[in-house]
Amino acid sequence: MAEADLSIASDRRARSREALAELAAHIGVRRPGAVARSEIAHGELTLHVPLTGLVQLVEFLKTDQGCRFSSLVDITAIDHPDRAARFDLVYHLLSMYQNHRIRLKVAVQDSDMVPSVTGVHASANWFEREVFDMFGILFSGHPDLRRILTDYGFRGHPLRKDFPTTGYTEVRYDEARKRVVYEPVKLVQEYRQFDFMSPWEGAPHILPGDDKAK
Amino acid sequence: MDGSFDDALTGEQKIRNFNLNFGPQHPAAHGVLRLVLELDGEIVERCDPHIGLLHRGTEKLMESRTYLQNLPYFDRLDYVAPMNQEHAWCLAIEKLTGVAVPRRASLIRVLFCEIGRVLNHLLNVTTQAMDVGALTPPLWGFEEREKLMVFYERASGARLHAAYFRPGGVHQDLTPKLLEDIDQWAVEFPRVLDDIDGLLTENRIFKQRNADIGVVTEEDILNWGFSGVMVRGSGLAWDLRRSQPYECYDEFDFRIPVGKNGDCYDRYLCRMQEMRESTSIIRQAVAKLRVEKGDVLARGKITPPPRGEMKTSMEALIHHFKLYTEGFHVPAGEVYAAVEAPKGEFGVYLVADGTNRPYRCKIRAPGFLHLQAMDYICKGHQLADVSAIIGTMDVVFGEIDR
Repeated sequence: MAEADLSIASDRRARSREALAELAAHIGVRRPGAVARSEIAHGELTLHVPLTGLVQLVEFLKTDQGCRFSSLVDITAIDHPDRAARFDLVYHLLSMYQNHRIRLKVAVQDSDMVPSVTGVHASANWFEREVFDMFGILFSGHPDLRRILTDYGFRGHPLRKDFPTTGYTEVRYDEARKRVVYEPVKLVQEYRQFDFMSPWEGAPHILPGDDKAK
Repeated sequence: MDGSFDDALTGEQKIRNFNLNFGPQHPAAHGVLRLVLELDGEIVERCDPHIGLLHRGTEKLMESRTYLQNLPYFDRLDYVAPMNQEHAWCLAIEKLTGVAVPRRASLIRVLFCEIGRVLNHLLNVTTQAMDVGALTPPLWGFEEREKLMVFYERASGARLHAAYFRPGGVHQDLTPKLLEDIDQWAVEFPRVLDDIDGLLTENRIFKQRNADIGVVTEEDILNWGFSGVMVRGSGLAWDLRRSQPYECYDEFDFRIPVGKNGDCYDRYLCRMQEMRESTSIIRQAVAKLRVEKGDVLARGKITPPPRGEMKTSMEALIHHFKLYTEGFHVPAGEVYAAVEAPKGEFGVYLVADGTNRPYRCKIRAPGFLHLQAMDYICKGHQLADVSAIIGTMDVVFGEIDR
């Protein structure tokens, strides 16, 4: 029973992998040069896309009959402070008609303006506002690029890796002034960040005595 | 005073549109929603939702905690149906680590996901009815919710924030008595649904307030990225449980109710029917669980050893200690796992870098997209319809503000 289940599951995986590879090839043929690299991992197709052709590709994915990626599922970003192109913008698309998903990844530098996809998917509006709020990536052509989740008048971009988890300001109700006041964060104890990487799995620091072993 | 009044005899009075603050402390706002409405008389001209009043920075907090410590955050997203969110998180981790969940755990997950669906729809249907003027349904609905929360408590020890689904299975096995009680409840529940049905479905006022209000077309669905009942209410039979089956939903027999007109009333009907379907899935799951015995956790690196073994084996004790202090490591990679939560597609985009903490986790909440379309859907409706539309969109601010 269990073995049969496993073989069915691996069969399904192989078939979906084939379908995804076909889809990637289809996009590559119809839009040569639009995709820098494509990979399939964990049953998901990821396309690495240059910033310039992004909107055209999203539009193509929406209108092409073989793709029909009709819904935008998600836009988010990942911060890699050590890279030259600091951010990865990630777009998830879903086709309710063909029943498949795709992920687009765009490398973005701190100074880059990203063209907004609100013209193609209206639902991108809030997602782009959120990415702007959390990472400080600017979108050109967005109808209303305001902060969305953070406080009115908030400064900084919280999901950047160099933004402290505790933030910079804290609020409390001031009994004397009868209103909420903003103050710099005061920590009663140092914020604790543990290093859990075991020394056997490549910790960056050298343990005392390690240097003698060589 | 609106407008300027130049000449009392000849000049026409200019009337400026009226701006209204709806919420954040408004019972029909379903949480902390602040809507800035621009009204022309009683007609909504513009509607600007201000969200983020419940923003807790979940995604930022998750980056400094281990995978297991992050699990309870998911209860606090959509706190109306907590376990469905945990499910997405567990699926994402299992996809990356390649752990296969034991069949009994899988069935228990389906069972509690459907209980979560009933919990959510009961709250939504009845409070939406309260928004449009009915008082009795919430009282009846909450009585049933109470019973379901007791099932939560008996399974996990907590009525609301369960932290019951774990990567690799579920935390504890269910007792036979609990299974029988859930089954007994599922036998009786359709009669309660009939009662609520009798109160609302043919109620003249309820129909007047909901029919032809907030109509959503297929094009709107695609443009605004809707999911869940917002899609099915408009006639598209899109359900992730069916179209992209996860867990063991493919072996259950259930139908997907769809609406016809895509208005608030059809969405109400869909939710009512979905509760009946969920009840049937619950009964099927209980029947399967009666015969399916076995472990509820895939024993291995990401799950704790059995209690008895921990007391006798040194290795198991070390493993237990390491698991709950350091946590398990997830291989580097990225994965998107989505479940059909009661509100729609709830997704987790997880980027792992091989350590014991996620490098980045994006939570994709269905309500975020639904609320985004408020301006589009409300335009041209009466002020009173705004609360009916918010209710039927099924927004919960735990998941929207994260």
